[in-house]
Formats: sequence, C-alpha cells, structure tokens
Amino acid sequence: MIIVLILMSFGIGIGWFLHKHKKFIKITSELTNWAIYLLLFLLGLSVGTNDEILNNFDEIGYQSIIITVFAVMGSVLVSWLCFTLFFKKDER
Amino acid sequence: MKGSLIILSFFALGLLVGIYNMVPEHFSQNDYSIYALYILMFLVGIGVGSNKKSLSLIKSVNFKILLVPLSVITGTYIGVSVFSLLQDELSLIDSLAVGSGFGYYSLSSVLISEVSSDTLGVIALLSNITREIITLLLTPLFARYFGKLAPIASGGATAMDTTLPVITKYIGSDYAIISVFSGVVLTILVPVLITIIL
Repeated sequence: MIIVLILMSFGIGIGWFLHKHKKFIKITSELTNWAIYLLLFLLGLSVGTNDEILNNFDEIGYQSIIITVFAVMGSVLVSWLCFTLFFKKDER
Repeated sequence: MKGSLIILSFFALGLLVGIYNMVPEHFSQNDYSIYALYILMFLVGIGVGSNKKSLSLIKSVNFKILLVPLSVITGTYIGVSVFSLLQDELSLIDSLAVGSGFGYYSLSSVLISEVSSDTLGVIALLSNITREIITLLLTPLFARYFGKLAPIASGGATAMDTTLPVITKYIGSDYAIISVFSGVVLTILVPVLITIIL
C-alpha cells in the first residue's frame, strides 16, 4: 500500500507547483469529491452483497460508537493535559 | 453537513444496489475500486499541496502548536488501545487503524476497506462520522470542562473545516489558527498512519 503514499506525495508536488492555477485547483477538488462518492458507492455495494456484514450490522454499529467514545475521551484528556501544561499560562 | 449527507447517500445507494442485486455479476466480482483509490490519493495530494491554508500554516509552525495534533494522536491511540483490551472483536491493530481516521471518515473508510476488510471499512465509516457528530454536539461541554484544546482534539481532522465554526464559537477565534493547523496536520497524516499501521 506504499503506492498510495507515493501517489499522494506525487500529487502534493504537483499541487505545490500549480497552486496559483485557480481553475486547475477547482477541477481537482471537484474530481476529488466524485472519486470519494464513487468509492463510497463501491464500498456500499460490496457491503450490500456481503451477508456477514449485513447480518451483524447492529453489532458493527455498536462497536463503532463505543470505539469512538474511547478515541474522543483519550484525545480530550491528553489535550487537557497539554493545555494545562503549555497553554494555560498564556491565558489572561 | 450537506457534504456529509451527500457522501452518506452515495454509500446508502451502493448498499441498496448491492442488497437488491442490481449489478451485473462480473462487475461485483472484479475489484475496480483500488484504481479509484489510487486516483483519489493522487487528487488528495494535489489538494494538500495546493492548499493556501497548509502553505501559510507552515510559517506558523512552532514547538507548542505541534503539540496539539501530537496530543490528539497520542490520546486517540491510548483511548482505542484501552478499547481493544476491553473486548475481543477488534484487535489492537484494527482499533488503531479505525482511530487513525481522526474523523476523516470518507478517506479512512475507503482506504481501510481496500487495505484490510470491508467490515473494518464500515466500522471506520461509522466511527469517524460519530466522531464528527460528537464534536458538533459536545464542543460546549468539552470547552467548559477540559480546556480550549479539547474541542480541537475531539474534532481531529475535521477541526480544519466541518467542525471549525462550532469550535471557534466556543473557544474563541484566537484559537482558530491552532484548530486549522491541527486539522490540516491530521488530515495529511490519516493516509500515512493507516498505511503504516495496517
């Protein structure tokens, strides 16, 4: 999957060079949206034909919410520590 | 929010088409999506490279501001690691990959479903949408009890765009640059971290 990162770096280089071409940027962002739509459609498609996922959808949904609660709690607490240690003294 | 609904409706449309078997057999058996993903990653790269925000933000880099996305990553990974210990459906690696979406559900879900499994892709989709919704709903609470960086941390990659308005409303516009900076850094790191982890 390293190819994904190579392609992205390649894109960053091109974007950097052409960042003044407004029309090019606009077309790129429009194409990005459509690529995302297409991929999510395809993800939906393979999920829709996958009985294992469909039969366990409630379990999957439940897990997704719980893992997010942990992710958000963790990041909120660590950022609180970071705020208290490094940012709070600058507050008036 | 409008963007999120469009994205979700494409997923729902695919779901329905799949459930009711409305596609020719050979199409659902061949996996074309990997090529679409390659194109997407290239386009995302162009978007990052040409983004005026990310260009001007490089100038504002200092040690302190870098601590913000760093604590979001550290905190998220601690949180999902604890989660992976408490149940045995999702492994540590899977949990870390889902957490690495940082709210960027469109990219993380398609990337994870290609690299790993469709099941994990769906979990990444639902989880990272939930992260955005939690941020939109609980930002006032986080800002009040956990300091001004908490809403930025909760928002993750979305702190640069979709959740930015509500975040700056509650922590003040002087923190807007930090919010956008953290969001941009995390957005760029989403594909990098997912690829490294999986």
